[in-house]
Amino acid sequence: MLSQSTQLEVKNLTTCFRTSKGNVMAVDEISFSLKKGETLCIVGESGCGKSVSALSIMGLLPPSGYVKSGSAIFQNNDLLLMTTKELEKLRGNRISMIFQDPGSSLNPVMRVGDQVSEIFQIHLNISKQEGQKKALEMLKQVEIPDPESRMLAFPHELSGGMAQRIMIAIALACNPDILIADEPTTALDVTIQSQILNLMSEMQLKTQTAIILITHDLGVVAEMADNVLVMYCGQVVEYGDVKTVFNSPIHPYTKALMKSIPIIGKKTRRLDAIPGRVPSLDMLPSGCRFERRCAEKNDNIVSNCQNKIPPIFNVDSVHGSRCWLEKGNE
Amino acid sequence: MTTYIIKRLLISIPVLFGILLVTFVLARLIPGDPCKAILGEKATVEVCEKFEKRFGLDKPIHTQFFLYSKRVVVADFGNSIRFSRPVSQILVERFPVTIELALGGLVVAIFAGVFLGIISALKHNTSVDVGTMVLANVGISMPVFWLGLMLAYLFGLLLKDTIFWLPPSGRLTAGLSSIPFFEVWGWEVLKGTTKSKFLEFFANHYIFNALITGNWEIFKDALRHMILPVIALSTIPMAIIARITRSSLLEVLGRDYIRTAKAKGVKSKNVVSKHALRNAMLPVVTILGLQMGGLLSGAVLTETVFGLSGVGRMLVEAIYARDYPIIQAFTVMIAVAYMFINLLVDISYGFLDPRVRLE
Repeated sequence: MLSQSTQLEVKNLTTCFRTSKGNVMAVDEISFSLKKGETLCIVGESGCGKSVSALSIMGLLPPSGYVKSGSAIFQNNDLLLMTTKELEKLRGNRISMIFQDPGSSLNPVMRVGDQVSEIFQIHLNISKQEGQKKALEMLKQVEIPDPESRMLAFPHELSGGMAQRIMIAIALACNPDILIADEPTTALDVTIQSQILNLMSEMQLKTQTAIILITHDLGVVAEMADNVLVMYCGQVVEYGDVKTVFNSPIHPYTKALMKSIPIIGKKTRRLDAIPGRVPSLDMLPSGCRFERRCAEKNDNIVSNCQNKIPPIFNVDSVHGSRCWLEKGNE
Repeated sequence: MTTYIIKRLLISIPVLFGILLVTFVLARLIPGDPCKAILGEKATVEVCEKFEKRFGLDKPIHTQFFLYSKRVVVADFGNSIRFSRPVSQILVERFPVTIELALGGLVVAIFAGVFLGIISALKHNTSVDVGTMVLANVGISMPVFWLGLMLAYLFGLLLKDTIFWLPPSGRLTAGLSSIPFFEVWGWEVLKGTTKSKFLEFFANHYIFNALITGNWEIFKDALRHMILPVIALSTIPMAIIARITRSSLLEVLGRDYIRTAKAKGVKSKNVVSKHALRNAMLPVVTILGLQMGGLLSGAVLTETVFGLSGVGRMLVEAIYARDYPIIQAFTVMIAVAYMFINLLVDISYGFLDPRVRLE
């Protein structure tokens, strides 16, 4: 039984993909929980499994992907065990999702108004006219200028920011319990980015929707997150509330990420980067996945780092890290 | 939109003139002359001179073309050399047969092709998909005349005296005749006038004529006669459409907006019908315009196999007989039909995809 305010409890979610080189594990035993009105940021490099985790929860994995194990408990039901029909009732209604590229995420041959009203027609079982009315209302809420004429526009007639507002309107139409935003601002320029993030925060205040925000932008994390989940190579390497993680990161990967943020006013010849590259998912090391790029490994623990995957060591009840260095501090 | 259509129609005038010129020249480049072809090898020089004078073939070729173009502008295609009848009258008799056949073929090809393509895409990489695509490959590889003969043999001969029997030739069963709608409705039409030719043209579409006059016996009979030729004619375009639909739909189903639709909770079948299909139809429509050419050339073979007196068969016979007026008129009419279909295809882009603006 979940506590009243916990919306989603993901435990040991493991997702694999069938490839020509055999099955690869894109998400490896990730766990997190999400409370009402909370914003959880999942942060990490491209290909670390952020989006795949979200798609696994939504049941929207591409045909080559499958959930190997784990559970995602939403309102006492495991989303991962649900049939497509059961999921269809939840998607867009209780759990909705917005995507990275708003330009390609809207159907190019359908009018914007029809795409927004469709979600009302599906989940509220109302007529097209009523759906259109509600859609117009929704467009006003997400502050689309001149909403009446935008209802009749096609997606290619909208700017990127406007299209993302439409996506947000669709996603929040039915007051969902959970909104998964998969890099919602990556394709937008910086001013539009902050507008979209503000809009999401405002809407969240009104509806108490819990948000899972997937991003690789630490600036976005700092602005939006209550809690943070740092992922590397399909695994969670550090979690905690945003202040703790930003002020006192423990995992060498998180530290390296923080160091790579350029500081305004500080003159540097080169930006700090993490040396090496992310190992390919079909050739993962047998030990810690960050070991080859780690700046902090030392002779005392290096055999552990190379040979054994570290478990998550909890520093305190809300902060943990997947690093052998923390073994003693637990 | 209207400006676009008018512009396209205006552009088609020089194109048609070009087609006229090319067919005029090409027809005369065919070795042999009409006199020998029609009167026989033993025709004497005097006889041939008279013959050529009668049909205006003795004049210089550019004068012939000038006189011919002048007549064509007022829709007078001259008289057939072989039949000594107005070409327009022959067009009125022959064209409807081919139109019925080609339209029937097109409709079957579109519906069956798109249906098979959808099934195949939805059952991607299963035995259903493989089976459908093998069938499509067989369909593409089968020559029309061979398929026609096999169908005629199977349904016309082997299944004779069963309920599956289908007539292997002709447009109507012997003894039945189609009464033109204007006669049924008692219109007074003077034979040989432009108006009567116009009405006859529509009346010669037997299925259409029977439908509007409510003559169900003729309607059923004409339809039954069309089944085998239509199957033979539609197989190749159907197979091509099925393949295009499959690959196009598979591509669309992987697009971001399909994921959005699923994330909205749209039911799987509506994802395909409401979101994917219209996006997947653009390449299919393009192919349709191109396939029309295939349908018209396929009609030549189909008409020959199934003993239908349509345009294709007439054209081949006219080439043998060096019947210049018929070759020219029929080629131009086919070109007009082809251009018209492609104009329709271009206009339909505008309806299918709002990003396409016709200007």
